[in-house]
Amino acid sequence: MIWVTQILNGVLLGGYYALLACGLSFMFGVMRIINLAHGDLAILSACLVFLIADTTGISPFVALIVALPVMAAIGWALQRWMLERSLRSGVLVPLLTTFGLAIVIENGLFEYFGADTRSLAPYIGDFAYDSWAITSNIYIGSLAALIFALAVVLLGGLKLFLSYTSLGRSIRATAEDPDTAALVGINTRAIYGIAAAIAVATAGLAGVFLAMRAVFTPYSGPEQLIFAFEAVVIGGIGSLSGTLIGGIVLGVAQTLGAQINPQGFLITGHVVFLAVLAGRLVIAGVRARGGLGALLARRP
Amino acid sequence: MSTRRAFVVERWTRLSAGSTIAVAVVLAILALAPLLFDANVVDSLTTLFIYLILSVMWNALAGYAGLVSVGQQAFFGLGAYFAIQLSYYGVGVYPALLLGAVITAVLSLPLSLLMLRLRGGEFAIGMWVVAELARLIVVLDPVINGETGVSMIALNAINPESRRDYNYWMALVAMVVLLAAVFALLRGRLGASVQAIRDDEDAAESVGVRVLAGKRTIFVLAAFGCALAGSLWLATSISFQPRQYFGIQWTAYMIFMVLVGGLGTFEGAILGGVIFFLIEYLFGQTGVWYLVGLGAAGIVFALFLPRGIWGTIEDRFSIRLLPVGYSLRMLRSDPGPGSGAKTPQD
Repeated sequence: MIWVTQILNGVLLGGYYALLACGLSFMFGVMRIINLAHGDLAILSACLVFLIADTTGISPFVALIVALPVMAAIGWALQRWMLERSLRSGVLVPLLTTFGLAIVIENGLFEYFGADTRSLAPYIGDFAYDSWAITSNIYIGSLAALIFALAVVLLGGLKLFLSYTSLGRSIRATAEDPDTAALVGINTRAIYGIAAAIAVATAGLAGVFLAMRAVFTPYSGPEQLIFAFEAVVIGGIGSLSGTLIGGIVLGVAQTLGAQINPQGFLITGHVVFLAVLAGRLVIAGVRARGGLGALLARRP
Repeated sequence: MSTRRAFVVERWTRLSAGSTIAVAVVLAILALAPLLFDANVVDSLTTLFIYLILSVMWNALAGYAGLVSVGQQAFFGLGAYFAIQLSYYGVGVYPALLLGAVITAVLSLPLSLLMLRLRGGEFAIGMWVVAELARLIVVLDPVINGETGVSMIALNAINPESRRDYNYWMALVAMVVLLAAVFALLRGRLGASVQAIRDDEDAAESVGVRVLAGKRTIFVLAAFGCALAGSLWLATSISFQPRQYFGIQWTAYMIFMVLVGGLGTFEGAILGGVIFFLIEYLFGQTGVWYLVGLGAAGIVFALFLPRGIWGTIEDRFSIRLLPVGYSLRMLRSDPGPGSGAKTPQD
């Protein structure tokens, strides 16, 4: 029964990864930028909400109303003053600048908040550890369930937004071909700004939920970036529904790994990620040689 | 129009020949440094050589082969780790330091099969995952004592004065050999082909550049270089803590050195290494602000001076001290546009 519980926990953890990965995947999909500061931006938002909750006593859920617009504004500013210029200088420069930003954010946060491990759990009362009994010995945490539901709603909502709204269509057109999109009257600069704002705001949302369900330090960002990236790549880069599946695969792999060995949580996740990459390359190689049938038929 | 060619392709200029001789003279003096200078200078120079190795390796990867890796600390850490392992099983100290890097380079070959198929950001974070995984696996080894780490005890058996000198000479030889290897590779056929790959991988492949082979050579060389830097770092600090050796700060240092010095210029990586060494010497004690400054400087250089200090000097004055590329020298003055190269009147 422990295995069923662990798989269930893994799926719910996958919801958090999907929430975290959503912005990374979206920004890559629209701007072709892999934002190496993604994890640190999530932690920045967690620190911001922590600061609000700690000084004013406001519930972190309410503090989100302040934090999310701030994060969106940061995303927009980032696009305007850093990413736009980076993009013009070729494919490598956005990696270098966002890496530099990551170093600045995490060390800046350290300077302000120190090395202490923090959590928002004490600020949300019973909700941090409430759980529902599914059967007499299977429980699921209500916070984990909320995060999972939020991830599904966010990814689904983003997909609907991209498919059915005028702004969504403009974003897709810009993602497809910014020059042509500009020719037909789309303000691609504004579109990129909006896309970056959405991406960074969702990163911020994920960061706050990380802080509610676990602990964080100023240096937690890189690990979150890696988890988000693994979820995105496992699910297929650029696909929003794939991101949910990728998150779940990663979450289940990690919780099962932890069940086998206490050190297994991170290792299993990384190994599954590399195995998925390797598997994909093998499949692509087989396809390039005319598929499995052709390979088998070639044998005498 | 004359059928005679109006230019010659140059690989050395008089200046670069002179500067190469100057480099040789400096190296000869450096070789005698332990006899000439006091202990602090020798220690500092050893550190500088390690930074130069890291800088030149990362520049070969990113500036020439177009591979931005944020996981070179994987090799840095593994080089030190294997050296400790070998020493634990009775291999002599200095052979173990070298062999540790060799083993790491051998391991990087199968790794390259997977990683080099990834592009751009995927390669960057993929390497980071590799570095994390390497650290997690190394921590499981009982020899390492988990996160606490371990010392290379055999190093303590050598008296500190001799150890300082041996470390210095090993670092100097390692740096000279590695820099010369990168210089020779980049001046050779590989240099032109990897730069073609960096600029446009598909186009390079279509004109017959062996894309994977070129990238792999640089990847394995950089793995070896970073691993040797790691084992040399172990030789100077003796203790090994997994989180420090596999830490992301090494990548931050490498990116800073290469961006400030000049991405994609051989001299720039060396200049960047020296600048980083000086900045660390001056501001290293300020701790975290120093890292904030490094990150911010990296952003500013990437955005506003993408060719770094040396690249900008090179573009403006067409000075090449250690030329890995080709330059055209006009034989007659050509009034047409595009005659940017030097045109001596003859």
